[in-house]
Amino acid sequence: MRYSIVSALLVTLIAAGCGPKPEVGSEVIKIGSVAPLTGPQAHLGKDNENGARLAVEEINAKGLTLGGKPVKLELIGEDDQADPKTGTVVAQKLVDLGVAGVIGHLNSGTTIPASKIYFDAGIPQISPSATAIAYTAQGYKTAFRVMTNDEQQGKVLGQFAVNSMGAKKIAIIDDRTAYGQGLADEFEKAAKAAGASVVAREFTSDRATDFTAILTSIKSKNPDVVFFGGMDPQGGPMAQQMKRLGLTAKFLGGDGIQNGNFIKLAGVEAEGTVASLPGLPLDAMPGGAGFKQRFEARFGPIQVYAPYAYDAVYVLVEAMKRADSADHAKVVAELPKTDFEGVTGRIRFDAKGDTTGGAVTLYQVKNGAWVVLETVK
Amino acid sequence: MDIFVQQLINGLVLGSIYALVALGYTMVYGILELINFAHGEVTMFGAMVALAVIGVVLGVAPDLPGLLVVLAGVLVAIPVCMLLGFSIERLAYRPLRNAPRLAPLITAIGLSIVLQNVAMLIWGRQYIAFPPLLPKGQYEVLGAHVSNLQIFIVVLSILVMLGLWFMVQKTRLGRAMRATAQSRAVAQLMGVNVNSVIAATFVIGSALAAVAGVMVSAYYGLAHYYMGFLLGLKAFSAAVLGGIGNIAGAMLGGLLLGVIEALGAGYIGDLTGGFLGSHYQDVFAFFVLILVLVFRPSGLLGERVATRA
Amino acid sequence: MPVIKFFRQRPQLTLLLLAVLLAVLPFLVGAGLGKSWIRVLDFALLYVLLALGLNIVVGYAGLLDLGYIAFYALGAYLYAWLASPHFGLHLPFWAVLPIGALLAGLFGVLLGAPTLRLRGDYLAIVTLGFGEIIRIFMNNLNAPVNITNGPQGMNLIDPIAFGDFTFKGTHHFFGIAFSSAHLYYYLFLGFVLLAMLIALRLQDSRIGRAWAAIREDEVAAAAMGINTRNVKLLAFAMGATFGGLAGGLFAAFQGFISPESFGLMESIMILCMIVLGGMGNIPGVILGAVLLTVLPEALRYLGDAQRALLGHVALDPADLRMLLFGVALILMMLFRPEGLLPSRRRQRELHPEDGPGEQASLYDSRG
Repeated sequence: MRYSIVSALLVTLIAAGCGPKPEVGSEVIKIGSVAPLTGPQAHLGKDNENGARLAVEEINAKGLTLGGKPVKLELIGEDDQADPKTGTVVAQKLVDLGVAGVIGHLNSGTTIPASKIYFDAGIPQISPSATAIAYTAQGYKTAFRVMTNDEQQGKVLGQFAVNSMGAKKIAIIDDRTAYGQGLADEFEKAAKAAGASVVAREFTSDRATDFTAILTSIKSKNPDVVFFGGMDPQGGPMAQQMKRLGLTAKFLGGDGIQNGNFIKLAGVEAEGTVASLPGLPLDAMPGGAGFKQRFEARFGPIQVYAPYAYDAVYVLVEAMKRADSADHAKVVAELPKTDFEGVTGRIRFDAKGDTTGGAVTLYQVKNGAWVVLETVK
Repeated sequence: MDIFVQQLINGLVLGSIYALVALGYTMVYGILELINFAHGEVTMFGAMVALAVIGVVLGVAPDLPGLLVVLAGVLVAIPVCMLLGFSIERLAYRPLRNAPRLAPLITAIGLSIVLQNVAMLIWGRQYIAFPPLLPKGQYEVLGAHVSNLQIFIVVLSILVMLGLWFMVQKTRLGRAMRATAQSRAVAQLMGVNVNSVIAATFVIGSALAAVAGVMVSAYYGLAHYYMGFLLGLKAFSAAVLGGIGNIAGAMLGGLLLGVIEALGAGYIGDLTGGFLGSHYQDVFAFFVLILVLVFRPSGLLGERVATRA
Repeated sequence: MPVIKFFRQRPQLTLLLLAVLLAVLPFLVGAGLGKSWIRVLDFALLYVLLALGLNIVVGYAGLLDLGYIAFYALGAYLYAWLASPHFGLHLPFWAVLPIGALLAGLFGVLLGAPTLRLRGDYLAIVTLGFGEIIRIFMNNLNAPVNITNGPQGMNLIDPIAFGDFTFKGTHHFFGIAFSSAHLYYYLFLGFVLLAMLIALRLQDSRIGRAWAAIREDEVAAAAMGINTRNVKLLAFAMGATFGGLAGGLFAAFQGFISPESFGLMESIMILCMIVLGGMGNIPGVILGAVLLTVLPEALRYLGDAQRALLGHVALDPADLRMLLFGVALILMMLFRPEGLLPSRRRQRELHPEDGPGEQASLYDSRG
């Protein structure tokens, strides 16, 4: 009995001992990137990492000098499996490795518990995609995001649905994730405030593929617009099933479906779908088209948030340049002064670390491609 | 009324899909009393292989009729999945046949993780769209919309069930399967090659999984390396609901689960006066499952097994 | 092995060495591998606690439970309700943890009661259903009344505190710095030792023997006068209590909980831990829990290992990590189907003398 405990511990120690020690290099500045790289959201996670990687490679190619010394950036990509517990372990690992800053995490559910660890270590964190209001409402000086939060985007979408799409009766579906539910709730508030009535509130999950039951139920309520808070793997089939059931309401969504994958998954039924994306259109931005071209040549099509991860790296590095150092405290002090023209728009932060004055652009699928409808500032 | 008919159709199609996958679970369980957790992943492989073949065929001969292209995909996916099923049984389950009951369950979970990650390495992390190749016939029945593909899925699952039933009841292999399920030792004494019977069960089940995978993927228009997990879980629940190990039970369980889910999502809000909504769809489904099992502990059509012979 | 014999013959010395090792382990690990490994150790201890609890249900009483994580969730949510700004309650942990454990135990009985007639895989699917039902409720009870804050999760949960002494930031004792991860390690270790003691005492008690009897042959057990209903319910309740306790500790440690932490995969992983380690045998269960927590983290270093060996990363560790984890699960089961450290009684059960070809089945007595 007792020797088994000893051997149990020995095995643990041996297993734990496999990890090599972190190496310390004076000229290398490490930047962490955390996102789910396995599991159902792996495609989004890899996209974020690729966006950050492209920025790091470009900055290295141009050369970066801090404190009079040339430095090289190194991107450390970690997998948090979209699991809050794993997220904190990875966060602590990055802290141990002495990263200068972290781009991540992808999900609000991992970003929030991890932000506490980065805050305790004083390390700046910029999330390219977490939208939950709670993330920046914790009072952590180290927490920033380059993505609009649910409230900002939901408001724009709600007003647009009523004022520009002329919706009087609205049906809302969300995927019961922190992102989908948060966005749908804020959309509902804004749409009601603008004078529309919500005739149906339905729910699905982020693993579902069959939406016929809820869509049939929605059809019986005759809405003008169906809003979906969720991602393209659900949004695509949902658009198809709407048409198949003869539901003629317009389909509206957030940044989760504003991507090429949605059009591929929905096929011809994507036509007419309206969706928003925070920031200005990529093509309208100086350097936006170039970014898209370089990214696609290197990694293939953009999923969703790669441009935000790309901008987040630049925002971090620009702060380092202003501080002329990668020292955590100095960079954290510089970040609120950010005023950066990124590929997703002009990025500035408010006192909480949210983006301010960020524009939200609305797009519509026409002839199998997203076309800009208008930009709301 | 038309809404109700539509919900019923929604449920029947979804249920037929569950039934197709559940048949594979039930066959393996019937003979080995083993939950083949990796069955959902075999389904996923079927969809992925078929999509890869479809991509190649479309590249070579873009003018071929869509139905033929999909058929080519299915015809390649079936043998690949059969081989996969055969290897799974040979490598991961056969060595554990006399091991404790839960050991093969853990290997099955391990296999499921391995297959997912292999698929991720081969086909990437993105969701893959299934090209719109199949003819889109739409009909209206009592005010509800039905498509060709939906009718095809329902008919196919019924045909497959009947075929399986015929095979198990009327053929030599079927008799050997039933004998093996009763008692491996006695079957062996009677001259049944138990190993090949079990291997055949896996191979047939995997062929079904391949067909089911392509159907799911074509119907919903996408495939992803993670798609097998939830599908497998639902199908397994369906098999248990109907009485696991029983072919007609898998069919009944699948259809029932599909209809319960559709009606649950469609009407739960009205039934509870808006207190519970469609987010409690799975709660509703599980609740029915639990209720059935409490009153019929071996599922709807499962045999009542004496506690001790 | 002579080394083992040496320690076997000197139990006091072994115990002493073990105690010292456990006491300095976080510092060894922290210095050698980095602070993130102390967190890994903390989670490993939480999983040991969970695995010990599930072991009572599955290992002792032989009831296959796939919804065990629900009790963990209940404990965690209860802690969050009673000690976070959500309802404005800030009760101390010594009040909250027992309530959470009791609530989970109560739910254990509620879950167990309708499932008493079910066996084997039917029980598995029903418990799985219960687990999912609890998770779905946690995910959706933000409207009409906001009870769980839905998918957004509950944040700013109070850490463990003894009076003014909070498990937050870094504390200094005798000139040694203790981070919160260190403090939680000792707290969790204390609970694990307590749980071990209870589990060990239960095993050899009247109840423990009743559980073993039910596991081996329920009908015979009933014939011998064992009240199978009560004994089974007791197993569910005991197991659930451990789960609820672990959940409360998890909530305090993380400071944030959301439904995604309580998915089906977690239940399956805990089951894997006890099967892999050796069902019914406490050292085995502990080994399994530690191994399966540490392994995925250790596999993260594949990238560094490749860089050291090849000078570049040939295969992305993120691509390989879970793949190798799956392969490890399969291989371990193929080579040690009874678990890494099986219990002796169980080995006897599995290798009966009654001839080849007999289907040895744990949960069903038919065959």
